[in-house]
Amino acid sequence: MNERSSASCFFLHVFERGKMIHKFEKNGLKIVLDVESGSVFTVDDLMYELLGEEGVVDEKQIEDLLEKHQEYTREMVDESLEEIQALTDEDLLYTENDASKTNPFDTRGRDVKALCLHVSHDCNLRCEYCFAGQGDFHGQRLLMTPETGKKAIDFVVKQSGNRRNIEIDFFGGEPLMNLDAVKEIYAYAKSIEEESGKEFHFTLTTNGVLLNDQNRAWLDEHMDNMVLSLDGREEVNDRMRKTVNGKGSYRVIKDDILKMAKMRDGKKDYYVRGTFTGNNLDFSEDVKFLANEGFRSISVEPVVAQDGCGYEIKEEDLDFVKDQYDKLAIDYLKRGSDENHPDFNFFHFNLNLDGGPCVYKRLSGCGAGADYLAVTPEGELYPCHQFVGNPDFLLGNLDEGIVNPEVRESFKEANLVNKVDCSSCWVKYFCGGGCHANAWNFNHDLQKPYHTACEMERCRVENGIMIYIKESEEA
Amino acid sequence: MKHIKMIKKGSLKQTANKGCGECQTSCQSACKTSCTVGNQKCKQAQ
Repeated sequence: MNERSSASCFFLHVFERGKMIHKFEKNGLKIVLDVESGSVFTVDDLMYELLGEEGVVDEKQIEDLLEKHQEYTREMVDESLEEIQALTDEDLLYTENDASKTNPFDTRGRDVKALCLHVSHDCNLRCEYCFAGQGDFHGQRLLMTPETGKKAIDFVVKQSGNRRNIEIDFFGGEPLMNLDAVKEIYAYAKSIEEESGKEFHFTLTTNGVLLNDQNRAWLDEHMDNMVLSLDGREEVNDRMRKTVNGKGSYRVIKDDILKMAKMRDGKKDYYVRGTFTGNNLDFSEDVKFLANEGFRSISVEPVVAQDGCGYEIKEEDLDFVKDQYDKLAIDYLKRGSDENHPDFNFFHFNLNLDGGPCVYKRLSGCGAGADYLAVTPEGELYPCHQFVGNPDFLLGNLDEGIVNPEVRESFKEANLVNKVDCSSCWVKYFCGGGCHANAWNFNHDLQKPYHTACEMERCRVENGIMIYIKESEEA
Repeated sequence: MKHIKMIKKGSLKQTANKGCGECQTSCQSACKTSCTVGNQKCKQAQ
């Protein structure tokens, strides 16, 4: 077989299998991700040129490459093609995965195993970007009774089938406004763990206003994870996160939130969780600020907002936002090196390449509406916290169960197997198809992901992979 | 290999017989808005 036919045969071979890689340059590295296997490589300049997104470049392109780059030889090309072939034969490059043809919920089951309990539809802050109508979810300011919470626990035990691990998320409004109910619901769930064969895992999200030494101790002991809301720099936080009197909340909450974080450092999970908006697109400064203030586990998220609200992240902001992630990644690699770069964990750079979730989890993505539901203070059921208060998405209630199965089914169908836009996207196994609420808010279609969020996710994952490689090299 | 260095051997294909559904279901752990599954832990591996 001559050189030309050898390359052509390989080209046809991989195209027939319809495989996908993603190659990109970041921080001086040429990086290749094999989408279906999850393999990660670094490559030299020639290999980078030879690897196309869906297969090796064709013979004409190889000849052009040899003509343009005198430093490349035919021997080097053949050597590279042999390496590609060897990796392809091992299902590590241009890999096929038949799992993407199966609805993941047929495999992983269709039970409900996680609840977001809205223990308080009331809040003691008035954050301008609040999707929850500043705490009341556009309804009455209500607190969940312990009885309703216990009924929710019974509901999830019954609905979770053979699943053992159950997640309960205390949410609001502000859940600490109803801490007594939280404690009762917690105690009830723990009391039935053995007889029900379940293991409950608890998370509480708080704005920090009511944190004090007493409740901090209880929360630290009993919550598996805590989400602590703080946006970053004082002026950034105070522009959006305001008290009932319209004043900035930073000085009210920051020290108490930091105390909570410090209690858990190295022992239990927490995230200080900020939101960035069109008003502070330079959010990398807020992440660094939080790290410098002593937070070791940080998640700063783009706002979920409607077009025209004035603080939404626009398509034209994307280049700036992506540059912020790139800058943050470079700074992140220096963490721990000196007092200006304290060690911290940034949620979106923390990719689990060593033992992440299985392919069915990745195909199904967010379980909202399927195995994750939100429960209002009145006991109504919604697909997730982001849909609460929207009557079109009312699934049922704790007394009658699911009375609107069509809506629930539409969420189960919103997975990578069915989302057309995701099928050809390399980041699909990292994002799982994105947030259902984003898809609905921006496209009114659960099957159509929100493009701006996709762009940001691709940038974050590229940086996460780059960081993984750099850290691996250091190790 | 001279031109390509494997940093991480992918195992997604080997996970096709799993799918127990015991892992975390949603974005509730940290972000609360943007679904990210790539950084989650597999309960079977823990």
